[in-house]
Amino acid sequence: MFETCADPSQLDGLHWFACYLTNGVHLRFYTAFLTVLGLLAVTAPVALAFGFAAASASRSHVAPLRWIGRIYTAMVRGVPDIAFFLFFVIALDQAIEWSVHQIQCPDWTEPIRQGANFTVCPQAKVPLNTAPQEVHEFYNFTLAVFTFAIVFGAFCANVLYGAMQAVPRAQMETAEAYGMSRRQAFWRVLVPQMWIYALPGLSNVWMILIKATPLLFLLGIEDIVYWARELGGSRTSQYAYPHGDWRLWYFLALLVFYLGFTRISEIVLGRLTRRLSHGQATMAGDQARKAAA
Amino acid sequence: MTCGEALSAYAFRSLGFGERLLPRGDIGLCEQFVLIGSGLIWNVYFGILALCLGFFFAVTLAVAKNSLSPWIRKPAEWFIFVFRGSPLFIQFFLAYEAFVLLPRLGFDLNLGFTEITVETRWFARAWLGALFVLFLNTSAYAGEIFYGALRAVPRGDLEAADAYGMTGWAKFRRVIFPTTMRLAWPAYTNEAIFLFHATTLVFFTSFPAFQQKGDALYYAQYFADRTFNPFIPYPILAGYFVMVTLVIITIFGLVNRRLNRHLPVERRQRVRYRPNLIR
Repeated sequence: MFETCADPSQLDGLHWFACYLTNGVHLRFYTAFLTVLGLLAVTAPVALAFGFAAASASRSHVAPLRWIGRIYTAMVRGVPDIAFFLFFVIALDQAIEWSVHQIQCPDWTEPIRQGANFTVCPQAKVPLNTAPQEVHEFYNFTLAVFTFAIVFGAFCANVLYGAMQAVPRAQMETAEAYGMSRRQAFWRVLVPQMWIYALPGLSNVWMILIKATPLLFLLGIEDIVYWARELGGSRTSQYAYPHGDWRLWYFLALLVFYLGFTRISEIVLGRLTRRLSHGQATMAGDQARKAAA
Repeated sequence: MTCGEALSAYAFRSLGFGERLLPRGDIGLCEQFVLIGSGLIWNVYFGILALCLGFFFAVTLAVAKNSLSPWIRKPAEWFIFVFRGSPLFIQFFLAYEAFVLLPRLGFDLNLGFTEITVETRWFARAWLGALFVLFLNTSAYAGEIFYGALRAVPRGDLEAADAYGMTGWAKFRRVIFPTTMRLAWPAYTNEAIFLFHATTLVFFTSFPAFQQKGDALYYAQYFADRTFNPFIPYPILAGYFVMVTLVIITIFGLVNRRLNRHLPVERRQRVRYRPNLIR
């Protein structure tokens, strides 16, 4: 990257390290951190939306809708989340290819499952075999994001359902007394008030989500764990930057990254809690009101 | 392969007994059931040992974090912060790399009836290394739970203990500790459930599954890769884990009932699911 780095074997000490840490593969390692942040930025809102939809569905008066909501909410309780990650990535992929197959090749006569194979017609491959490498990578990443969103949506649904139940019954009764319809009461009274009850739980889900991001590695994404393993392995003198087995130090760096990230999140969420307590009928809200008066 | 054959061939495959080759080619339902169940032995092993050992360390940590002296408090705070603030997945990787670097030493240990050689390289194996990480991890999580409960012991209880002239160890053992446990138990139940879930991570990190001796998820993934059909092995795995979860809830529920037996029914704490403890 820098001109002084042209011949690494001539460098020593700090210079060597400066050049080592800015070479091409390391820059890809740093972009992998952005991948993780990108995953979080996309997953968090989608998971929240899934959770909200499922929590509302669990309260529905339409029985099938309620069952779907309840089953989805209960899904993550007894089973390790990592099993869901491994499951959904393949299951979603197969579901997509199967649907495309039904549309694209209606006269395909051979069975799709033949023993240990899952064969769809060539046009139904997603992405197509001819597609460039980037499309494949993008597709894999999208699948991973969607998988994360499904699993964490279920966590959010648990929290939001509890929060909806926690809004004092009297508030809803007041809304009914004012002649609001069910829908109006839900959107104007329940939803604005539930967030403060949901926040402790949602903070936890956020922390869990941060700590689940290394699992991207298991889904076949070239994330920070992948690069830490790649870069840390010992390099012989054939390489430009020979070194011993440094994986310990790379993983230590990841550990520090995660510790910092969760700590910052904790501080920000603490501030948010104080903001949201404003004007709420809770102890914290009461204290804030008294302090202001 | 009939179900009986599958049972005799793979029931203890995860421990290295029975058929050496994993099923391949035409894989039946029974083989999947038996082998994934066999892998569950490891999950139970990791879960129970980490939980039992971790319990005592967690109580120590909670008491240390509650200490007035910063020399005792700070290390406990940092320990809990590091293990709760970072992903277990990374902890496994880091610990494995550290264990590999350990000097290769052997110690002779005399157990009275027999003599065994304890070797440091056992730490690079899953059965000890991963157990050690899980032990530290669950201690940190449970320590934080117990600390919270310790802080929530009602003042009246402490005053009553003082009035009876209890001090020091007697006060802790007879008043503070039981109340702490009672308050912490519902949250600790969740911790136990999620610790069992976390055991599935072991063989997906650097810890090698020697001779394909793995846990339940390891075999489930093996089948999903082989048959390219995730819709059979993963639901089987899910079934097993739901069973484990129910067993944990039952056992911990019994303990909870015993801890609350002196209270009127409406004041008893119920064990409720809260997804706040996954790592």
